[in-house]
Parts: sequence; C-alpha cells; structure tokens
Amino acid sequence: MNALLGALLPAVPLVAGLVGLLLPPASREATPGRLSARRAAVALGVTGAAGALAVAVALLARVDTLTEASTTWLDLAGLRITLGVRLDPAAALVAVAVAAVALLVQVYSVGYLRPEHPDDDRYPPYAAQISLFTAAMLTVVVAGDLIMLLVGWEVMGICSYLLIAHDRRLPQAPAAATKAFLVTRVGDVGFLLGIALLGVSAGSSRIADVLAHDHAPGLLTAACLLLLAGVAGKSAQFPLHTWLPDAMAGPTPISALIHAATMVAAGVYAVTRLFDLFAATSVVPAVLGVTASVTLLLGALAATAQDDLKRVLAWSTVSQIGYMTGALAVGAPGAALFHLLTHAAFKALLFLAAGSVIHAVGTALMSRMGGLRRGMPVTFWCTLVGLGALAGVPPLSGFWSKDGVLAAAQAAALDGTGPAPTWVAWSFWIAGLVGVVLTAWYATRVLMLTFLGRAREPLPNPHDPSALLRWPVLVLAVPATLLGLAGLSPAFAARLAPAAPDTATTPELVHVGPGLLLPLVLLLVGVGTAVVGRRRSPTEDPARVLGPLRQLFVAGFRLDEVQHTLVVRPVRALARVARTGDEVVVDGVVEGTGRAARSLGGGLATLHRAALPRAAAGVLAGALLIGLAAVLLAGWSSS
Amino acid sequence: MTVGQFLLVAVLAVPALGAVAVAAVPRDRAARLVGTIAAALTVPLAALLATGDRTWTSYTATEPAIRPWHRLDLQWVPGLDLRLHLGVDGISWPLVVLTALLTALCCGYTLWRVPPGGSGRALVALLLVVEVGILGTFLALDLVLFFLFFEVVLLPMYAIIVGWGGSTGRDGRPARDAARAAARKFALYTLFGSVLLLVGVYVVVSAAGTADLIVLTGGGELPRSTQLAAFVLLGLAFAVKSPLWPLHSWLPDAHTQAPTVGSVVLAGVLLKMGTYGLIRVAVGVAPEGARWAAPVLGALAVAAILVGSLVCLAQTELKRLIAYSSVGHMGFVLLGVATLTATGIQGALIGNIAHGVITGLLFFLAGAIKDRTGTGSLAELSGLRETAPRLAGLLAFAAVASLGLPGLAGFWGEALAVIAAVQVGGAYWTTLAVLAAVGGALTAAYLLRLLRRVTHGRPGPAVGSVTPVLSGAELTAWAPLVVLTLAIGLAPTLVLGVAGEPVAALVEVLR
Repeated sequence: MNALLGALLPAVPLVAGLVGLLLPPASREATPGRLSARRAAVALGVTGAAGALAVAVALLARVDTLTEASTTWLDLAGLRITLGVRLDPAAALVAVAVAAVALLVQVYSVGYLRPEHPDDDRYPPYAAQISLFTAAMLTVVVAGDLIMLLVGWEVMGICSYLLIAHDRRLPQAPAAATKAFLVTRVGDVGFLLGIALLGVSAGSSRIADVLAHDHAPGLLTAACLLLLAGVAGKSAQFPLHTWLPDAMAGPTPISALIHAATMVAAGVYAVTRLFDLFAATSVVPAVLGVTASVTLLLGALAATAQDDLKRVLAWSTVSQIGYMTGALAVGAPGAALFHLLTHAAFKALLFLAAGSVIHAVGTALMSRMGGLRRGMPVTFWCTLVGLGALAGVPPLSGFWSKDGVLAAAQAAALDGTGPAPTWVAWSFWIAGLVGVVLTAWYATRVLMLTFLGRAREPLPNPHDPSALLRWPVLVLAVPATLLGLAGLSPAFAARLAPAAPDTATTPELVHVGPGLLLPLVLLLVGVGTAVVGRRRSPTEDPARVLGPLRQLFVAGFRLDEVQHTLVVRPVRALARVARTGDEVVVDGVVEGTGRAARSLGGGLATLHRAALPRAAAGVLAGALLIGLAAVLLAGWSSS
Repeated sequence: MTVGQFLLVAVLAVPALGAVAVAAVPRDRAARLVGTIAAALTVPLAALLATGDRTWTSYTATEPAIRPWHRLDLQWVPGLDLRLHLGVDGISWPLVVLTALLTALCCGYTLWRVPPGGSGRALVALLLVVEVGILGTFLALDLVLFFLFFEVVLLPMYAIIVGWGGSTGRDGRPARDAARAAARKFALYTLFGSVLLLVGVYVVVSAAGTADLIVLTGGGELPRSTQLAAFVLLGLAFAVKSPLWPLHSWLPDAHTQAPTVGSVVLAGVLLKMGTYGLIRVAVGVAPEGARWAAPVLGALAVAAILVGSLVCLAQTELKRLIAYSSVGHMGFVLLGVATLTATGIQGALIGNIAHGVITGLLFFLAGAIKDRTGTGSLAELSGLRETAPRLAGLLAFAAVASLGLPGLAGFWGEALAVIAAVQVGGAYWTTLAVLAAVGGALTAAYLLRLLRRVTHGRPGPAVGSVTPVLSGAELTAWAPLVVLTLAIGLAPTLVLGVAGEPVAALVEVLR
C-alpha cells in the first residue's frame, strides 16, 4: 500500500502535466475559448498539486520505517536497472514540502498571470510545466533507483529551462534559461558517470544495492566526487552556482518553486539519500565542506550589494544551500534536511511576497521602493517573518534549523565528530558564523529599503494584492514561523535523521544551551550595523559602506565573466575550428579526391583527342610496341 | 510454409508489389494512395514477425550465435553462393518495424504534400523500393544476399535526392545543382564503401566456403589473419554508411539537400544499415578482428561525438545542424558497439531505434518549418513560438528528446554506451566514457542553441507570417513518432526486451 502511494506521488502531477500539455494553445485574442482553456489549465494544475499533497500527507502518516518496493526496468548483463520507490519518513516530509509549495505556487500563479497579462495565451503550457516540474521533483524524492532518480533530476532541469524562458517580454529570459540548463547539465556529466561507476560496481543501480555493496575505496571516492559535480550544479554550489541569479528572469512564482522546494533542494536531498557512501570516504566530505564554506560566504556577500529584490533572494538561496551542504560535510544529514524544510517555507514565502511587491510597484529594483509598509501591511508582516527566519531570529523557523547546522559544525570542529577533517569543520563553522552576521545585515537592508522609510518615488498607491496572491503568502507564514519548534520534538528529529542500525541514539536537531548565544550575538551585530548605517544617512542605501567592493559583489565576484572566458569562449572557438576543419580538411580530402579523379580523367581524355597525323603515328607506334613485345616474349619463352 | 515464413516473404513482397502497382496506376493521387496502403500494410506484417514460437530448436550439438525466430532458406543462384535465406530475431526485429513505420509515415505524408520536382507517384514508388532494400538488409541471413539488398537502396535514394531535393528558395523553386552534387557525392562515397563490402564478403565466403550468416557468426573456422582483413574491409564499409567520423562527410550534404521524406528515411533507417551490419556481420563474422580493432573504433566513435557536437554548435542552417547531429548520435551507437559488451550492444540497438524515431521527427519538423518560412537559416528564424506555438512545442520536444533527456528515448542509447565503456574499465575506456559524457553536455548545448534561435525571441519577417495551423496529415505523420519517443523512454524493454538473448549469444562468441 505504501509502495503504491509512493508510486502515485509523482504519477498524479505527471498525468496532470501531460494532459495539460495537450490543451489547445489559446489564440492571442481574449476569446471565450481562451478563457475556457485557461480554466481547464488552472483546474488541472491545482488538482494535480493538491492530489500530490494529499498522497504525500498520507505517506507522512503511514511511513515510519524504511519501505522499499521495486521491479526490474531493464536487465542488462551485469547491471540491473530497477523502477521502484524507497520511502522513509524523511522522504515523506520532503514530499509534503514539495507538494505544498507546488500547490501554493499553482494557486498564486492564477492571480499572478492574470487573463489580461500579455503572456497569458501560454497559461496552459505554463501550468502543465509546473505540474511536470513537481512530478520530476517527487520522482527524485521517492526514487529507489539511481537511474530513476536521474530521470527526475534532469526532467526537472528541462522544466526549469522552459519556465525560466516563459516571459516573452524579457530579452534576457531565453539566455538565462539556456544557462540554467547547460550549467546544471555540465554537472550532470559527473552525475551520470558517478552513477555508472557505482552501478557497474554494485551490479545494480538500485539505491539499496548500491548502499549495501562493498565498493573499492578509490572507486567510491571517484564516484562520489563525480556525483558531487551534479549536486553542485543542481544545488547551485560554487563553482556551478552561476545559473541561479540569472534564473530570476523567470516569473516570480517559478523562482519560488525553484528556490524553495524543488531543483536546488534536489542536490542536498540526493546526498542525504546516499549519505553513507559519502561519509565512508574522507576526501569527499572535505571537498563538500570547502565548497560549502566558499558558497556560503560568496552568496551572502553577493546578496549584500544587489539592488534587484529577487537577486538578493537568489543569492541568499545560494548562501543558505551552503549551510545545508556544509551540514552534510560535517556529518549531520538530519540538520541539513531540517534546514532544507524551514528554508523551503521561508524562501517560498519571501519569493511570493516579493512577487506581490513587484506586482504592486511594477519594478524589482529596491532603489525605487520604500515605505511600502503603510500600503501593504499584510505583505510587510509576512516579509518580516520571512526575513526574520532567514536571518535566524528566535523563535522563527530559520533560527532553530541554522542553529542545528552550526551546532553540528561546532561539534565537528571542537570534538572531531563527523566524516570531514577537523580543519574543514573549522572553516565551515567560522564561515557559518560570519554568514550569520552577513545574513542579518542584508535581511535588515532589504526590509529598510522596501518597506520602511519614505517612498522614493510617487507610486500609484501600492496595496496588498488580491486574495489569490495573499493567501498563499499567509499560509506559508505559518510554517516559516513554527516549523522550527518542531525540531525540539524528538519524534520529528527521529523522522529526519533515522538512526543508523549501528547507532542507538538519534542525533538531536536542536541544541538548547549556551551554544545558542553566539549566533544570537552575531545576529544582533548584523542587524545593528545595518540599522546604525541607516540612521546616519536615512536616504542612502546601506550598501554604500561596501565602498569599491560593492560593484564586485553586485557582479557576483565576476565569476560569470570567468566562466565565460574559461569555458564558453574556448568552446565556441573550438566549435568554429571544428566546423572549418571538418569542411576544409575532412571534406576537402573527399572533394579533392573527386576533383583529382576528374582532372586526371580530363587530362587523359585530352591526350586521346589528337589530330589525324599524330593519332596515326600513335597507332603505328602502339602496333610496333605490341609486335616487339610479342616477338621478345615468344623468343624468351622458347629459349 | 509456416506463418512465420509467410510473414518474412510478405514483409518484402508487399512493398515490392506496392512499388510495381504504383508504377502501373496512371493517376497520380490514386497511385500515391495505393503506395501508402502497401506501406501501411507492411507495418502490421513487420510487427507480427515477433509472434509465434520464438524458441530456437537446435539441430546441432552446439547452439549457433544467431537463433532466428523464423527463417526461410531457399536456393537462388548457386554460382554466386547466393541463397534466399531470410530470418528475423531480436536484433533485427525492432529495426524492421522502425523501417516499415517510417516508410509508411513518409508515404502518408506524400499523400498530403509532394515536394516540388517530380511526380508524387514516382517518389512513392522509389520510397517503397528503398524500403524493400532496407528490410531485406535487416532480414538477410546470407552474406551475399545481404550485400545485394544493401546495394538495392543506393540508386533509388540517389534518384530521390536528385529528383525532389534541393533547398527550396523563396520563389518556390529548388536549387537543383546543389542537390545533384550532394546526391552524386552520396552515391559515389557509399559506392566506395560498397566495393569494400563486396571484397570483404568474398574474402569471408571464399575462406569459409559458405555465406550462411548463422554458420559464419562466431568466426567459424576462419584464421585470425582472414578475420582481421575481413573486419577491416567490412568495418570500413559499414563505417561509411553509419557514418563514422571521419568518413561522414557525404551525410550533411545528402541530408540537407534531400526532400523531407528523403531525409527522414536517410537518417531514420538508412544509417542503421551501417550499424546493424557492423553488429551482425562485421563483429559477428570476424570477432577476432573486432576485438583487435575495438580500441580504434571506440576512439573514432568518441571523436565523432565530440566533433559532431562541436560542428553543430557552429552551424547556421537548420537542416544541416540536424544532419550533423546524426554524426554525434551515431557516435554513441558506435561507441556501444566498440565496447563489445552486452550492455554496449544493447545500448547501440536502442540508440539506433531512438535516433531513427527522434531524428525522423526532427527532419519532419525542420521540413515543415522550411516549407512555411522558405528559409532554414538560423539567423532568419526566430520567435516561432509566437506565431506557431504547436510547431515550436513539437520542435522543443524533439530537440529535448534528441539531447538525451532521461525519460525519453534518446537517453538510453547515450547512457548505456557510457555505462558500457565504464564497464569495460581501465584507463583507456574510462577516458572514452568521460569524453562521451562530455559530448552529451555539448549535445545539449547545440540543441538549446537551436531552440533559442528558432523558437524564442521576436518573430522575424520570415516567421511573422506563419499560420499556427498544422494539417491533419502532418499530425498523423508526427504523432506516432512523439508517442514512440515517450514510450521507448519510459519502457525501454519495448526494444530491448527481445534483444537480450541474441545479444547475449553474440557476446558469448566474442569471448
């Protein structure tokens, strides 16, 4: 029964998505047919997501131990690929988060892309693609086989590509979409190779078999490092994070979907699924920890200087995912998943609230906002909750989950627990603490620039949005506030971090004690610095204190340019060389052979076209030669 | 004569008789209809070949490496060692069905639209003759008969390219000279391959004293030197047809200049004669040679993947880009064969089928776009999703399938080739696996570039006037390919379920 529910989980939105794709594309004019297609699309999308949520909740209630079911998908000599589900309580929790965010995004989109919106004639494919996206992520969540996980993994990539390119008015959207897919695909080269290594080694790509098999240490390290490349691509970890800020070209609900529960969460989740393999090596956690530290600080610093509200949130996602991968590196998958869940709640909240702001103001640039608190009280309070959770203000959700991560890092650094070397734990712990200051600072800055102070420009009476936009935000405020408290319950902790058979105790998610004080002090430092800076000059952007570094941070440390110089341009040049070489050299030889044969034939033909005297002389000479040869041969053979 | 034997004959006879009937019917449209019916009838006949008792009854102590489900063995021309020896098994059956299906779709498409140049009935007749040749190649179990069918295809295809080919200009008149040059290159280049094939066939036949593929598979009693020579000759011949880099340069011109239905048949099934021949004849008959040449074959296959993808990345013409993409995709298929493992050969088989379905669809779509806009230049095409959302959506689907998205048909061939190379192990093959996987990322790069150029952005003048309507004939021709792409992607056993045993038997003789 549980296995059936597990299979049903991705199947429900998949069917909704496939049927949705078949809906007729509406004409550009607002005709009755167009509206009915829209209604059908809305109904399909919402039903699919709601169905998935119902199944996920049922699974959450029923699954309390590891449940597996699988059937052979493809049986090759020496490699069995299966189709099956692997359900545990953590998977059920993540599934609930995914389905809930997807449902809210579907509802929010109805209000966000209104019938009079210029993109609305493509509402049916848009809603269907969200459904497919959800189905793909849920496939990753329940997958009991690495190849099956890869299917969900990459389908998610292509759905993000389609959805980021949705807005036809943004000229940068197609490029951003292509970048998102290609950067993650480059990581997926490693992911596929890693799966191939593990699958071939274990003789099966079923996760249970791969985990149970005793891999050779060298192979295991290589395979896990390759898998990490895919994880870095999907979860936007340095150096494959460059696609995420650009992906803001997508409609805001899509950003919420990508950043909160799907796509970026998939990488972290996949590592927790294979955690025992990663933890069995020493190199892999070290690499993971170092990239986590770099990503965490990089994202936080870049977030401090952005003017675009959505880009601040995007960079903050990069930074927060750094906390999760760091938690994995120091051996706390439970803490990583806990932060993943709270982050899903507050980041979805922040994006949807930002969508309401952008909707009301007509721009995403914070330099043109201000004083929105009066006109949009509901959005203000919700954003306050979201930013508080992001910065880690007690008792909001992010406070507890971030504390869990930092406590794990502290334990690994001071006591040497966890699979990563101590110096890695130290560097991640320090980076995490610095990150707390930075996060508090930029969260405060966002709040001050958008909702507080005076309006920068006379705005056309900003107001809280319609119910369709308001309710999803309000609903998300509940888990963004309270989910952290769940971490105090041992039952919840046991669900997220199921005790391995050989260890008796489940690790605590939340450590109430003096350790909580350090992040709190740092939080106050961050908030205080921002507030003081603002007091001094109320009209200016607090980011001016960054001085000359500001431009560097805005440009995300110019890593885009580095990527362009080191990868994109050489590949393009290589492509031109390959094309020329193929046409001039490889095909040139072929064409040259043809031409040479023709000119040889032509030459011989010319030789044979002669006037009568020379032709007659030629014939006589030939006869003479043949006669001579005959005589000589006859003489030679008779003698 | 059993039902199976009857089906074997019928699969070849129905399109052959159809071609004759088309030639005999004077009225153009009626003739096309007759041809389409013949082609459509062939599809269920081909599919039914999988029915009946599939177990092999052994007449000898040791089981041969080819165990056909049905076979028919008749004397034909004793002087040439030529027997009418037909059979079908799990390696050939998916290809037979694919050939029948694609030809039927092409004939149906021709009912709706005849490319400018010649009469529709001649085109249909030629398509049916090509079909007979390709089906015969897949069904032949006699080496000389195989060669005969292999050659039947060449001239009708040449005629199709010359007669109906050429990229149509804005005035509606095709540029004939380019088509003629491309067709000449195609015919001469592949004829060069055929000469090698003929020599190879007679090297084998004269050394072994038989042309029976069932007896020959596994190398029989052939000495090592003969096997090496035979593999070089046969391998080169099939490498030209497949095509394997750097013997591919006939392909882009021929595919670009051929009419839509010609491109579909060329890319969809004609190339498969090369890879099928490589698996069944070259590897099967000269396993020693295959083992000896495998590293070279693997390196060239990976070179094809990388060079093909890079060339596509710098390509500026729609059809030419799709044509070049075949070089890269067939590179994955050939890499699978080169590993000489069960996984690799299965990957090659499903890669063959997937490429036929997906590239067939891509060529149909490219033809539809070129017909509507009058241009194939990527610089002039843009914003197709604004004026023709369905067409753009289908193009996106086909491109995404072609870039090997897991869950669609194209994935399995690429993934299994990489997995097989990893399976062989060692530094050399692991490097090849890594490079092939990188080629997968490049494949995504050029297909997304194609989509970005063609579907996104604002409609240019060429695209602005396109109407969004797709004709019923177009949808009928494309729908089966879309469904198959999805079905094979989700259930690869559709293709590989029947291939497991014959591939295992083949790999057995390679040990």
